[in-house]
Amino acid sequence: MEILGLGPSLFLLFVSFGFMVGVFFGFFGMGGSFLVTPTLLILGYPAPVAIGSSMAFVFGTAVIATMKHHDVGQVDYKLGALMFVGIVLGIEAGKMLVFGLEAIGRADLVVGVAYVLLLAAIGSIFTRNALRQDPADGDDGGDDDIPDIAKKIKSYNIPPMVTLTDGSKASMWTISGVGGGVGVVSGFLGVGGGFIRMPAIYYLVGVPLAAAVGTSLFGALMSGAVGAFSYGLSGVIDLGVVTALLTGSALGARIGSASTAYVDEEDVTIYFGIMLLLASAAVAVGELATWFGMAILDTVSFLLLVGSAVFVTTVILYYGVQSIRQQRHRAGPPQKVEG
Amino acid sequence: MIELTALPTAVQAAAVVVLVFVEAVFLYAGYGAIEERVAPSVLDAIANR
Repeated sequence: MEILGLGPSLFLLFVSFGFMVGVFFGFFGMGGSFLVTPTLLILGYPAPVAIGSSMAFVFGTAVIATMKHHDVGQVDYKLGALMFVGIVLGIEAGKMLVFGLEAIGRADLVVGVAYVLLLAAIGSIFTRNALRQDPADGDDGGDDDIPDIAKKIKSYNIPPMVTLTDGSKASMWTISGVGGGVGVVSGFLGVGGGFIRMPAIYYLVGVPLAAAVGTSLFGALMSGAVGAFSYGLSGVIDLGVVTALLTGSALGARIGSASTAYVDEEDVTIYFGIMLLLASAAVAVGELATWFGMAILDTVSFLLLVGSAVFVTTVILYYGVQSIRQQRHRAGPPQKVEG
Repeated sequence: MIELTALPTAVQAAAVVVLVFVEAVFLYAGYGAIEERVAPSVLDAIANR
């Protein structure tokens, strides 16, 4: 028996994996979509199928998240629309790169290596920040959080300047650059790019933090739609995979989002960072499995990737359950559990 | 895999985007309705175990 072209066990695996990605998305504000493409690659899907299906999944997840942020007025649609052209061109460039590499038989290798580096870099940043736990490093939205290079870029008022929804002004070149740069990463790796776009909108364009998160999600929606259409033209999107992932992620996102009311993000950020580092190692082991033709390495790679995601999801849910019990026993107002 | 191969390529691609969009909206609304009904009793069950 098959469900949407997938065996029952594979379908359940994708629903479960989607659930975990959804929890990360709801809790950390990032899709964790950068875990989806590597998982599909490790499971043996060709790079264009893995990336195209991941882009469609990003689109669906971003639709859900944008609707939640729209309800509380945290989306700057004007800025999102201004980024659109850059996003379209960037994704097309990223896609051309993937298919160019596929034509010479190097797509899986290059995309895999890019993922190893990307996951290692992001994981290192998360882990380092979590280990510091210095209030001075907190994300309070103040000017001190902005790196010097970002301040310098923001200071260039290169015309044409446009007025954003909140009344601030930004250079069209900066907006297009952010859209195009993230578009290339999205099109090449099949990710939403929120981990780059959100800081870029916040630091470089100068949008307030809450609106930067909502607008970044709207950007992910557009990236995902353009990417899904673009890869859809090549007929490489596996709708069964996308549907299974979305079924899980829509539920996980609600639970992850609700958990933010109970769990202190700082308590679990280090686990998220370690998970990304393990995911990087998993993709590297997967590449070695391909080079050496060792099936056992594929299994190790898969267990590393899924196991680390299961662990972090369990940690978030565990903290959430403990916090709910403490609050109910105290019968007081909601408070976050201290780690 | 859902078969859309009988349609022209551009229509297939657009259909994929529309399908995913509809699915996302349906899941958002569906889980939202379930959450409203089930969440209080789930929270009670967690607190009282």
